[in-house]
Parts: sequence; C-alpha cells; structure tokens
Amino acid sequence: MQYSQLIKEGLWTNNQAFVALLGLCPLLAVSNTLINSLGLGLATTMTLVCSNVTVSVIRKAIPNEIRLPVFVLVIASIVTAIELMMNAYFFELYKVLGIFVPLIVTNCAIIGRAESFAFRNPPHKAFLDGLFMGLGFTLALVLLGSVREILGAGTLFSGAALMFGKSAESWTVFLFEDYSGLLLAVLPPGAFIGLGLLIALKNSLDIQRKAYRKEFKEQSVDKMN
Amino acid sequence: MALILGLFAVVGIGAVTWVYNVSKAKIIENERAALIKQLSALLPEGSYDNDIVNDTLEWTEPDLAAGGPLTIYRFRKNTLPVAVVIPTVAPDGYNGNIKLLVAITKEGVVSAVRAVAHHETPGLGDKMELERSDWIDLFKGQSLALLPESQWRVKRDGGTFDQFTGATITPRAIVKAVKKTVIFFETYGDELFLPLQPKGR
Repeated sequence: MQYSQLIKEGLWTNNQAFVALLGLCPLLAVSNTLINSLGLGLATTMTLVCSNVTVSVIRKAIPNEIRLPVFVLVIASIVTAIELMMNAYFFELYKVLGIFVPLIVTNCAIIGRAESFAFRNPPHKAFLDGLFMGLGFTLALVLLGSVREILGAGTLFSGAALMFGKSAESWTVFLFEDYSGLLLAVLPPGAFIGLGLLIALKNSLDIQRKAYRKEFKEQSVDKMN
Repeated sequence: MALILGLFAVVGIGAVTWVYNVSKAKIIENERAALIKQLSALLPEGSYDNDIVNDTLEWTEPDLAAGGPLTIYRFRKNTLPVAVVIPTVAPDGYNGNIKLLVAITKEGVVSAVRAVAHHETPGLGDKMELERSDWIDLFKGQSLALLPESQWRVKRDGGTFDQFTGATITPRAIVKAVKKTVIFFETYGDELFLPLQPKGR
C-alpha cells in the first residue's frame, strides 16, 4: 500500500468517525467545544500511534488465537500511561476531559486498527496508519466541536488556556455580540444532529466529486472519438 | 499460550507502574496547587498566612454536604482565626448535587461562595458559574446579622436573592445550602478554629 493511500484513507475515505462510525461515544460526549475536541483527539491519536506500533513490533510473537486479549492488554496499558501523563502535565485539560480519557480504551477504532492493520503490517506503516487514522478522528472531533461551540456559545477557542497555558487566555474569539447561545447545540442531541449533518456534507462532497470525475472522463472519451 | 499472555500482562503492568512512579510526584503537586488556587480565590490576598491545605478539621453534620464527612479549611493570620472555608453540597439541584465552597469570616460574614461541580442544564442552570454571570457574588458580604434567616430565599419565594431567568430550582438549592452553612457557622463558630479536633457530632 502506498503511503499517500494511507494518508488519504486515514483522513478521508476511511475516516474512523465519518465513515467507519467508530469511537462515537467519546466523540459525541466531548465535542462541545473546539479545545475539548482537540484535547481528546490528540490523546486518541497518541494512543493509536503507540498501540499500532507496539502491536506491529510484537506481531510475530503473538499467537493468532490470543491476539485479541493481547491487543486489549497493550491498549489498556498505553491508555493508562497516557492518562497518568496527562494528569501530570496537562492537569487542567485532564480535569475537563475527565472520564473520557480512560474511556479511550473503549474506542473501537483503536482495537480495530490493531486487528485490521497493525497486526499485518511492518512498524513504519503501522505508525503512519495510526497517525493518520488518529488525525482523521481528530479532524472529525474538531469540526464537530467547532460547529457546536459556534452555534452553542457563539465563541471559538474558549478554554484554550487549558491546553496552551496562560498566554492563550486571550485566544477566545467572540463571533457574535450578545449571543445567548443555542442550547440544543451544546446538549447531547446537538452532538448527534451535528455529526449527522457533517456526515451528510462529506457524502455529498464525495458524490459531487465522483460526478465531476465521470463527466471529465466522458469528455475526454468524446474528444478521442 | 497462557504463558505468553501472562508475560504480556506482566510487561504491561511493569510499564504502567513505571509511568505511575514517574508521574506520581507531579500529580500530587498538581492536585495540591489546584486546591490552593481554589481556596485562595475565596479570600482577599494577604488576609491569611497559614498553610491552608494542612490546617483542616474533619466534621460530620447532618445538614451539610448531604450528611457526609466535611473537611473544613481554616485561614489564620499570626495564628489568629480569620475565616473558614466549608465545602458543602446542595442536594436538590435540578440535576442532582451542586458542590459548593462557602468562605465565612470569623465574624460570620460570607466572604465568597463558589460552585465547584454541578450537572445543571448548560445555558439555563449554570449561571452560578462565575464565568457566566456574577450571580454567585450576591452572597458576598451577607450574614445572618444583616439578613434575617427568613430572607435567605430567592425572590420568588419571598426572599432577597434573584433567581435566574428560566431557572428557579438551581438558585433555590444554592441559597438553601449557603443558608444552612451560615447557620452552622453561627452555631459552632469559634469551635471550628480550635487547633485540635473538637468532639463534634
């Protein structure tokens, strides 16, 4: 498989959130602001990269019959370690994301990539797959988080200081003056509706692109005749 | 096969233990810093000089914190009592418990109230958060001497405190919890500053 293919699959054609619809529990729960989304997205990416590389490195030592329990062990250890590190170095963000950091363990996308990719590919490819699958997931989270924050609170980047330190306190952008907020966008149903709309948007982009390509092909066939 | 699985388990545990040991000190430091930050925001800077994190008193009071054990933080200057911070819980919020910190000076005047955790409806019941409105500062400077017990209600119930637009249950719960805390302080007052554990209930 080509590297460009890996990148394309991770970010777009096999996007874990928009196409595979995996890991929706943390995705829907945390995506009420951009910064929360970014925090969980990066933590998930980190986990995916570590677990993919680890699984790939030890793949020849794992008997086929016990591969799933081994994956679970690897992923659980990595998530616990990342949780402790976040608690130590991103304490404020860790408090905001709370229960959803340990719950990365239950993100099916991670064991899914271990099983369907990392177990069958060399480490450098597993690394790239983990990185771009993770970034694709982060992209989905950030898009949903931005939409919900803009509609729900009329701001962007609120809470940036949690991630980037004190100097980021002034990053918050107020998009509308005296905006009272659309409550629905912040509440759980807003997450479902928002995700549905984003998936619809992605699908319609794909369809348009396909139609455009087909037209282009037909035109070039016409010219040849 | 079982051996291999066991081996992986041991390696996994080893790795997590190592990370735990590396990050432990930093995590404890973080939690302590967060507690100090939270507590020190409740009283004017320089009004105390003791080690507030360790000058605590354990107490159990049926009316406060839903009857659970309390850790009361004491603030002193030159070893003289200044104020206490009493963590309490308003159990009757719209969506369950609202955790509060109530700072009361030794004269019985509320210095500040802060909500530290709650599950109230975003956009409606969350106006007790200082980032959203300064409603919670209505308590600042209040005391039983200034405001008789019957006035510690929201306006809709004939009291002094504003309710939020569209949400009465949340402010009602908070006012009630703060009132109980003020009454508690009135009852025990000086006892709460004793250096040793008094024989509380």
